[in-house]
Amino acid sequence: MRVWYLLKFYTILVYGFMFAPILVVLLLAFNDAQFGGFPIQGVSLRWFYKLAENDAILRALKTSLVLGLCSMVIATTLGILAALALVRYSFKGKDIVTTFLISPILVPETVLAVGLLIFMRWLHMPRSFGLLVLGHSIIALPFVVLVVQARLTGIRTDYEEAARSLGAGPVQTFFSITFPLMLPAVFAGALFAFTLSFDNITATIFWRPSGMETVPTQIFGMLRNSVSPEINALGFVMICFTLGVPILAAGLARYFSKHKI
Amino acid sequence: MAQVELRNLVKNYGVVNAVKHANIVFQDGAFTTLLGPSGCGKTTILRMIAGLETPSAGDICINGQRINDVPIHKRNLGLVFQNYALFPHKTIGENIAFGLKYRGVSKSDAVAKVKNALDIVRLPGIENRYPAQLSGGQQQRIALARAIVIEPDVLLLDEPLSALDANLREEMRIELKAIQHRIGVTSVFVTHDQSEALAMSDKIIVMSAGNVEQIGTPDEVYNRPTSEFVARFLGASNVVGSRVEKRDEISVHVTTQDLGSLLLPAANCTGLGAQATQAKIIVRSEKVILNPDPAKGVPAVIKAVDYQGQLARYFITVGSTDLQAMALIAQAPLQVGTQVGVCIDPADCIALSQ
Ligand SMILES: Nc1ncnc2c1ncn2[C@@H]1O[C@H](COP(=O)(O)OP(=O)(O)OP(=O)(O)O)[C@@H](O)[C@H]1O
Ligand SMILES: [Mg+2]
Repeated sequence: MRVWYLLKFYTILVYGFMFAPILVVLLLAFNDAQFGGFPIQGVSLRWFYKLAENDAILRALKTSLVLGLCSMVIATTLGILAALALVRYSFKGKDIVTTFLISPILVPETVLAVGLLIFMRWLHMPRSFGLLVLGHSIIALPFVVLVVQARLTGIRTDYEEAARSLGAGPVQTFFSITFPLMLPAVFAGALFAFTLSFDNITATIFWRPSGMETVPTQIFGMLRNSVSPEINALGFVMICFTLGVPILAAGLARYFSKHKI
Repeated sequence: MAQVELRNLVKNYGVVNAVKHANIVFQDGAFTTLLGPSGCGKTTILRMIAGLETPSAGDICINGQRINDVPIHKRNLGLVFQNYALFPHKTIGENIAFGLKYRGVSKSDAVAKVKNALDIVRLPGIENRYPAQLSGGQQQRIALARAIVIEPDVLLLDEPLSALDANLREEMRIELKAIQHRIGVTSVFVTHDQSEALAMSDKIIVMSAGNVEQIGTPDEVYNRPTSEFVARFLGASNVVGSRVEKRDEISVHVTTQDLGSLLLPAANCTGLGAQATQAKIIVRSEKVILNPDPAKGVPAVIKAVDYQGQLARYFITVGSTDLQAMALIAQAPLQVGTQVGVCIDPADCIALSQ
């Protein structure tokens, strides 16, 4: 019995340690005081209004969103194609290609960032938004490949063979059978890609052109001066966003699956 | 409708010879079964006809036209899989109509055809359900409906009944055969179940380890096996060694160690080489008659009994030869240890070369 209490206590402690910082940010976002800290002195939305008026932050938010969407589209498209090749076809050097595709996860992000930067320098290309999109796509690609690959392995080839035998060409088979069946994984992969890009800071600092800020780099910059309560409000928005999107997506997925299969 | 012909068809997977020089004609409108033990290459042949595997050598012809290089989706074949392979994200109606889209069938015609196909498989009015909402047997009927609605030249079925439970399987095999007979589509059926093959086929192709062992009607392969493998694979057979004593145009005289001498009609000895001095005598277990009086026939003793209700299988020993006998019985089976007399009619025996 004692052991169980200890285990319970320990578990609560671990979760508390994990979630307390998030909770602090969420609570302090509504703190009226100029210098954030407990106890909370009055609840207000004042920092949210302030946030909405801060042009730099709005610009960063827009950059992050566009960047996230672009990287998501590129990483998801390439990821689907790569997963298809790896699961449905056999070719020479498959293992090497797999390792290569997954390597961005294995290589430390700083190394990856510097590497790409040196490569671009060698090509005489300046740092640009395009470089950011490219870099974020590389970082997100392995996740998309892994998720889609796992799903595709579970889809028996019978379905595709049946479709082919009924008269569907390879492309028609992909769009009418394979793609719908792997859609949940595509969805998950795309979300991964977006979130990874939206949250990324290490590599972004290396790759962004001077003057361009994403939300994380903007927060980082603001923190260097002072801990403004505005950051708590921004944190609140980001948490809602990165939690809300997947939850919404999962809900939608459940709704669709309930009404279809 | 169509006739399918395989000419010297070979398939190798690396060092594995899955199919070795198959020469087979699947007659127009016939129900032909590929029968053989697991791994003998049945599925491989079916998949090559379907275009899902490329032959290593040889030709596949439909109505005399070589189709080796025609892609799957242009072959107009109906495929039914063991696991049904109904598209889980499409309704039954959409599943069946899938192939019609690519054949330029109008929406309203498609609806009518789907309805007709569902009537044929006796599942009317379930267009709007999803595959997961149907039982295994129902799913298999839908898979069949989806394959026949496109009016294929050839219907290819790979163990379509093996995922069903025993009772349903027997019901479905009667129905499947009836549907095939009604629409008259050339059908190639793969199974490793001999009773399924005997019950359904117009013609059976018995295979073993990539080779075609025998091609014939169910009656021929059952009663006139041309090899020991076929005899053993289709029902329980006894194989007894013998010496050829004398042979002429009408009969062959052989002697066995424990069953005495037998005078076989020459018609039963077509599988025996002209110069053969030794012969394998094959006799089906149901042709081994046990007489309760040991004096009537060769004396034998019952070693074991496998009682199956309306029939019983006896394992008996005659001298040093073990035999199996199968008998329809009305009362209790004979007891282990009983002395019996064994009678074998030479007309029921087949002689093959050693
Ligand atoms: N893709 C493959 N790669 C390598 N070997 C294969 C492949 N497919 C089949 N084989 C081999 O070819 C042989 C024939 O296989 P096939 O699937 O045709 O057998 P089958 O008669 O259908 O057996 P079953 O009754 O078990 O389905 C087997 O030895 C099998 O191991
Ligand atoms: Mg098979």
